[in-house]
Amino acid sequence: MSTDAPDRYERIADNPEFAGLRRALRRFVFPMTIAFFSWYALYVILSAYARDFMGTVLFGNINVALVFGLLQFVTTFLIAWLYARYADRKLDPVAEDLNARIQAGEFDADEQPKEVVA
Amino acid sequence: MSARTLTIVLFVVFVLFTLAITIWASRQTKTATDFYAGGRSFSGFSNGMAIGGDYMSAASFLGIAGIIALSGYDGFLYSIGFLVAWLVALLLVAELLRNSGKYTMADVLAFRMRQTPVRVAASISTIVVSIFYLLAQMVGAGALVALLLGIKPGAHFLGMDAGTAKIATIIFIGILMIVYVTVGGMKGTTYVQIVKAFLLMVGAAVMTLLVLAAFKFNLSGLLGEAAAKSGKGAAFLEPGLRYGKEVAGDAAQTFYNKMDLLSLGIALVLGTAGLPHILIRFYTVPNSKAARKSVLWAIGIIGTFYLMTLALGFGAAALVGSEAITAQDKGGNTAAPQLAQVLGERFLGGANGGAAMLAIIAAVAFATILAVVAGLTLASSSSLAHDIYASVIRKGQVSEGSEVRVARISAFAIGAVAIVLAIFAQSLNVAFLVALAFAVAASGNLPAILYSLFWKRFTTAGATAAIYGGLITAVVLVFFSPVVSGSPTAMFPNSDWHWFPLSNPGIISIPVGFLCGWLGTILSREPADPKKYAELEVRSLTGVGAH
Repeated sequence: MSTDAPDRYERIADNPEFAGLRRALRRFVFPMTIAFFSWYALYVILSAYARDFMGTVLFGNINVALVFGLLQFVTTFLIAWLYARYADRKLDPVAEDLNARIQAGEFDADEQPKEVVA
Repeated sequence: MSARTLTIVLFVVFVLFTLAITIWASRQTKTATDFYAGGRSFSGFSNGMAIGGDYMSAASFLGIAGIIALSGYDGFLYSIGFLVAWLVALLLVAELLRNSGKYTMADVLAFRMRQTPVRVAASISTIVVSIFYLLAQMVGAGALVALLLGIKPGAHFLGMDAGTAKIATIIFIGILMIVYVTVGGMKGTTYVQIVKAFLLMVGAAVMTLLVLAAFKFNLSGLLGEAAAKSGKGAAFLEPGLRYGKEVAGDAAQTFYNKMDLLSLGIALVLGTAGLPHILIRFYTVPNSKAARKSVLWAIGIIGTFYLMTLALGFGAAALVGSEAITAQDKGGNTAAPQLAQVLGERFLGGANGGAAMLAIIAAVAFATILAVVAGLTLASSSSLAHDIYASVIRKGQVSEGSEVRVARISAFAIGAVAIVLAIFAQSLNVAFLVALAFAVAASGNLPAILYSLFWKRFTTAGATAAIYGGLITAVVLVFFSPVVSGSPTAMFPNSDWHWFPLSNPGIISIPVGFLCGWLGTILSREPADPKKYAELEVRSLTGVGAH
């Protein structure tokens, strides 16, 4: 069943346009994940170990802890919006183009009769 | 009309309305795809609402408000963790899962692997996580009913004392969730969740406005009053009253308390993207772009809600007071409805206004619980039917009709187990119980999901090691933690077999899950199949061949 010759999906995976799509996705989501996770971890660690700092009153009864917590909301909304914009511009057009080309049979030219085993 | 009667009337209206939707949905449910994935016909916005309805559970509404009301700022940590967690789902999981899976979480985990071992592991993990979560919801329902029916210790209602009434409620909720799932499938469940999300958002928004109005829209004034009324002063507005407590002269205990806080924090943020009942919601939309839209809507809806938990929690602390709250429920789970009563008395006029608000908010809370338990029951029964029965036992040689029939039977079994277990867990705070479910999901499911999607060399042995390693570590550590025995608030307060010092296992069990997946992979004899990984990558990124 399995041969060493690359099949249709491996040919697509090796295609430069597909490799570009994979790179574009990873280039955004991996650093962004590290960024928001570190930012959140900083908040949790400060809550555990920097109580005096977190308790610093900024004005009225509003302290650093509350503002820091609210900033986590702000960054979450911001990152979600940035990703939506990035995916719209950089990922979707490439994915749609590749999808159309795959559906049109561009990558299965030389193995038409091979799909025997279900 | 008393609050009790009004609540019952409102709740009955909600139940009849949602049952009607469920029956209507059952007429539209013909294929397995209809039953498991609602025909993949929901829009991004509808699914975003349904995700909100599935996610904002009794833990979010009753639990967080209760913790903030009793312990102040520390409850806000839950709101933040529960929200930030959605970035993991948005950036790393939702779209890729939508493109490569069919009905269950296991579809993605088993995509590149040998089917039987991975599906069995994923299914066990799905059921364990869902049962933990179900427990939390049903405990919330029990706490609520005692408040609503005004049953204090020693009092009776319809010949039942408080304990019996709680158990009766748990059984009643259990039966309803089984009906929603078996009759309406994913379509019915989704509509119930959308209606609930709408009701919850409106209810929380009205309460937030009233709380702010009571303090002339001065947030600082609200916080000041909450701090003063709590008797703890400024410390009430800072982290540390409940988690990460510093025990003078006991460095070890202080260290454990800090670790427990970090453990909770990490479990909250990594749990969401491993929750099976959330993951299967991504299958209800037509494509990955709609899956992304639904997460974006969900982040907006859920984020708005969690901001309001500040007003609800501190409002309850300021206007109800911790004494009145703990007198009703030790875990603080009734703070939000008690706040509703006080707000009603103040703004709608007297005892009747209070009774009306209490009734409305309590009915919303019941709706909240029902929608979530239906989602959980659906996730576990889908997994039993699709992963265990159809794929493992029948090796895929099964008709859609009999697969769906097995899913319906499974829903009965899961419901029954959840009812029995919930009766034993009644004194715990529901947000806390849900945090345990998050820890188990983050340890048992998330490592395997991320490795599957992003690591080419990941193997069958790696997948089963990641799931069992994370899952077993998490469950064993919980079992030997102070949550189960050896503390006054434990499930078994009169016994003590605990040796693990933390209440939340995440900080140990999540790394163990990742480590087991890695070790299982590098030690496995059978190499990963590069062709299958190429197929998964191409399908998950381009949407080719998506179901």
